[in-house]
Amino acid sequence: MNRRDLLVIGAGPAGMAAAAKAVKLGLTVTVLDEQPRAGGQIYRDVERAAKARGAMLGKDYVYGASLAAEMRESEIEYLSGSIVWAIEDGFRVSYTRDGSGAQIEADRILLATGALERPMPLPGWTLPGVMTAGAGQILLKQSGVLARRAVLVGTGPLLYLIAAQMVRAGTPPLALVETQTRSDFIRATRHLGGALRGWRYLAKGLTMLAAIQRAGVPRFTGATDISVEGQDRAEAVVFTCAGREHRIECDTVFLHHGVVPNVQAARSLDIPHEWRADQACFVPQLDGWGESPVAGVFIAGDGAGIGGAKVAEIAGRLAVLKIAEAAGRLSVKERDQRAAPLRRMIRRELAARPFLDLAYPPFAGALAPVDETIICRCEEVTAGDIRSAAKLGCLGPNQAKSFSRAGMGPCQGRYCGLTVTTLLAGANGQTADQTGYYRIRPPLKPVTLGELAAMSVTEPVGKE
Amino acid sequence: MKTASPFLELDSVERVELSFNGELLHLPDGSNLAAALLASGVDAFRKTPVSGAPRAPFCMMGACFDCLVEIDGVVQQACMLEVRAGLEIMSPDTTGAFDEPA
Amino acid sequence: METDYAIIGGGVVGLSVAWGLLKRGLRVTVLDGDDGSFRASRGNFGLVWVQSKGMKQPRYARWSQQSAALWAEFAAELGHNTGLSVPLEQRGGYDLHFSEETLQDTVSKYEVLKEALGGDYPYEVLGHNALRKEEPHIGPKVVGAILHHQDGHANPLKLLQALADDVRRLGGHVLTGKTVTEVTKTDGFQISCSDSTTVSAAKVVLSAGLGAAQLGPKLGFKAPVRPQRGQVLITEKLPKLINRPSLIARQVDEGGIQIGATNEEVGRDDRVTQPGLSGLAAEAIAAYPALAKAQLVRSWGALRVLSPDGLPIYQESAEMPGAYLVTCHSGITLAAAHARLLPDWLEGHQNAPDLEVFSEDRFALS
Ligand SMILES: Cc1cc2nc3c(=O)[nH]c(=O)nc-3n(C[C@H](O)[C@H](O)[C@H](O)COP(=O)(O)OP(=O)(O)OC[C@H]3O[C@@H](n4cnc5c(N)ncnc54)[C@H](O)[C@@H]3O)c2cc1C
Ligand SMILES: Cc1cc2nc3c(=O)[nH]c(=O)nc-3n(C[C@H](O)[C@H](O)[C@H](O)COP(=O)(O)OP(=O)(O)OC[C@H]3O[C@@H](n4cnc5c(N)ncnc54)[C@H](O)[C@@H]3O)c2cc1C
Ligand code: FES
Repeated sequence: MNRRDLLVIGAGPAGMAAAAKAVKLGLTVTVLDEQPRAGGQIYRDVERAAKARGAMLGKDYVYGASLAAEMRESEIEYLSGSIVWAIEDGFRVSYTRDGSGAQIEADRILLATGALERPMPLPGWTLPGVMTAGAGQILLKQSGVLARRAVLVGTGPLLYLIAAQMVRAGTPPLALVETQTRSDFIRATRHLGGALRGWRYLAKGLTMLAAIQRAGVPRFTGATDISVEGQDRAEAVVFTCAGREHRIECDTVFLHHGVVPNVQAARSLDIPHEWRADQACFVPQLDGWGESPVAGVFIAGDGAGIGGAKVAEIAGRLAVLKIAEAAGRLSVKERDQRAAPLRRMIRRELAARPFLDLAYPPFAGALAPVDETIICRCEEVTAGDIRSAAKLGCLGPNQAKSFSRAGMGPCQGRYCGLTVTTLLAGANGQTADQTGYYRIRPPLKPVTLGELAAMSVTEPVGKE
Repeated sequence: MKTASPFLELDSVERVELSFNGELLHLPDGSNLAAALLASGVDAFRKTPVSGAPRAPFCMMGACFDCLVEIDGVVQQACMLEVRAGLEIMSPDTTGAFDEPA
Repeated sequence: METDYAIIGGGVVGLSVAWGLLKRGLRVTVLDGDDGSFRASRGNFGLVWVQSKGMKQPRYARWSQQSAALWAEFAAELGHNTGLSVPLEQRGGYDLHFSEETLQDTVSKYEVLKEALGGDYPYEVLGHNALRKEEPHIGPKVVGAILHHQDGHANPLKLLQALADDVRRLGGHVLTGKTVTEVTKTDGFQISCSDSTTVSAAKVVLSAGLGAAQLGPKLGFKAPVRPQRGQVLITEKLPKLINRPSLIARQVDEGGIQIGATNEEVGRDDRVTQPGLSGLAAEAIAAYPALAKAQLVRSWGALRVLSPDGLPIYQESAEMPGAYLVTCHSGITLAAAHARLLPDWLEGHQNAPDLEVFSEDRFALS
């Protein structure tokens, strides 16, 4: 079997930058990413799309093409369309490519699997026509497909970015229904100092807002009681704002209230996680280089805690310094010298985060939804079902899963995990850390039995 | 299932023929399959096995599994596939259960 | 005394016994572990199974038959009380064979057992063609099957949920997130937990699954139980593909195909492995080739709670009378017997089942 010094999972900014750096330091590297094209979420399909729509998507997006090119031009083995579904000791990684299973071994692993949008369970969020805002952006970036009559619902800078991109594309959203309040902003101002140090982000935000305003897109802030109405598809968004109920008819609803680390791969390795109150999510325990308590497993990018594309890129390079040192390619002194400027850059990039986290907190109505709301999309389990499970003594998500089926569907809990933890913590009067998270097991993504069977080298392991 | 599309397509790429639940469609070659189906006016990709509710793509990044379709007998995520000529795409059939629920 | 019975361990064994005791009007407190405990009760295969049980000990075969016969009524009562359905299908089950030799060999063993059971062992042998009529998706490599009419399968998680619900409804106290660390006996029993919760009880049932290995000796039991890993697979929900269950695969009430299970001696490691998954997938496809295109959506490893001979242990402590060890490998199959028949044994009624052969005296001191 093919054995590499480093295996990178994920070809977003973190993975691409790390792989290019590792090769320069003399390591043998393979990159696996499930997407057919490099770029990750922010630079989705950047090599094709930058040519077609670079102007509309902005220069921050087009920048990603240089990372992709750098990765492509070096000695990296980049296997696109490779879905990683098991990581085992040794490290032995199993993945699916072109419908068949394959394995690769590596001394070290860098998980650069990025973020997911924070689940935003609202009444009606499972209707066709309701998508994540990131999905709306992917449609635009990758395919040049635009929603004609869309309402954006939620909060956060990404919501403005997408709105601005839609304005530039000539199909502005019908409205922005925003959940943050004035008092969130006031609370955030104590971090204004940091935000000013990260002024580039603020300036960008203000420019986007101005463009949205100029296009005449109505904005509602402090919205509550949000739901999506419709029979077989989304027909309208209903919400309360300043004491009044509003109803906006539309075809498409884009939801967003932040992104959270995609912890599936890290959890499957039993890497301990802890709750970060400021980002309202679990993050893996890592040292200053991104190495986890499972020696040899590193995590960089949004999967390590939300920092955005720039931080992801730099953190990928930083992790590689320790990996190279451990592999004998750098001395400890060289490693530390090279790390210092990277650490400074990360600090600068993160300066605006505390302000943003407080100014755009997740929507409370979706963190602990009303009983009737579906919270597990796959198995159609409601918030009330989880609260009932708590009454039957379920202290954590794994017990609740066996009673409610939440988390048993193909998405493996990606879009219900945090909600279930939050609901159980609330119902049992415990912290999120005490409550814990789903035990994630292979396969990280579904895999056909035929493919699995084809990887069987021996007779069945032994049966009754 | 197919209505006037709520989506607008910017690119004009060469189109190829494929079918969704038996209906012929002409979609941009090599483009994202879920995006192309949406843009062509397909509203619901499938019905859920639990309640039979209609579903369509939600995340477009391979995480939610709402875009599931069946191609060559294998249920797959449309948002992770690209358009190819001749694909025969079906909504998955997931109706198995105990014969006589106890 | 706070309670008549303290039940240590709230898996399917502890809850079944608790339910049976509550139905007799006794007061019961169940102490159970946390979200991360090893719990065979939420990782098993869901068979309510008779064939192949007790090949060397007809009393065990009989005990399994008794439980299987009580299951439907037990499930119906739980369903009625809680409004939750406990899906159960008892239309027989298969032992599938890939070679004539193993099939014949098994049949001759079944004949011996049938004799010992006075003929009450309703099975028939189906050749490939006969089997194909019953199971249109069966593969060409399957030479035949033993169809045992007392076999069936259930939804073990719904069973557990209904028990957890009904035990509370009947007035049982269930404390979760507890680890019992000490049990002492003076007047009655004092049960202490790591978080300093204490419970006093007239009697104690130790039904802590693998946890019994540590606690047992403190109560005067040998409790020689060991973990054995079983990996289990489940596919996406599919149209009807399998009619009757077998040890290889069954179609569960929600529509997925469950495939199981490995038998691995790996200690307290409940992870899944690629070779494990692949081996199970290969066997399932050999039995039902159409499964090759099915997506595996989840897998897990769970630890069986095994005694040296694989049979249950029912034992009252000689050192601490009033303390009972109750543990078994087939807790789903035996749930009905544990709920309906075991309370008589615990209460020392004259019509109590004779469980002498399940005493732990059968194991040499280790
Ligand atoms: C939908 C979406 C849109 C976003 N848009 C923006 C934006 O416009 N601007 C912005 O600043 N930030 C955006 N973000 C935030 C984004 O997370 C970061 O900016 C940045 O992309 C993080 O980079 P990364 O390298 O950590 O991960 P990502 O860029 O997310 O890359 C992770 C990669 O890992 C791959 N992967 C994951 N799991 C597996 C697996 N099991 N097997 C194989 N491959 C796997 C994925 O396919 C993906 O390509 C967005 C986030 C999301 C979720
Ligand atoms: C892969 C597999 C397949 C199986 N298939 C079948 C099948 O098809 N049919 C069948 O009938 N059986 C099957 N079984 C067996 C069946 O699952 C078990 O017999 C049954 O679940 C055992 O239940 P239990 O309550 O004894 O143990 P568990 O479910 O393990 O419960 C023990 C409980 O005790 C608690 N506990 C432990 N220590 C302490 C302590 N110190 N203090 C407080 N609480 C404690 C734990 O938290 C736990 O909840 C299978 C088992 C496995 C692993
Ligand atoms: S749309 Fe979510 S997986 Fe395809």
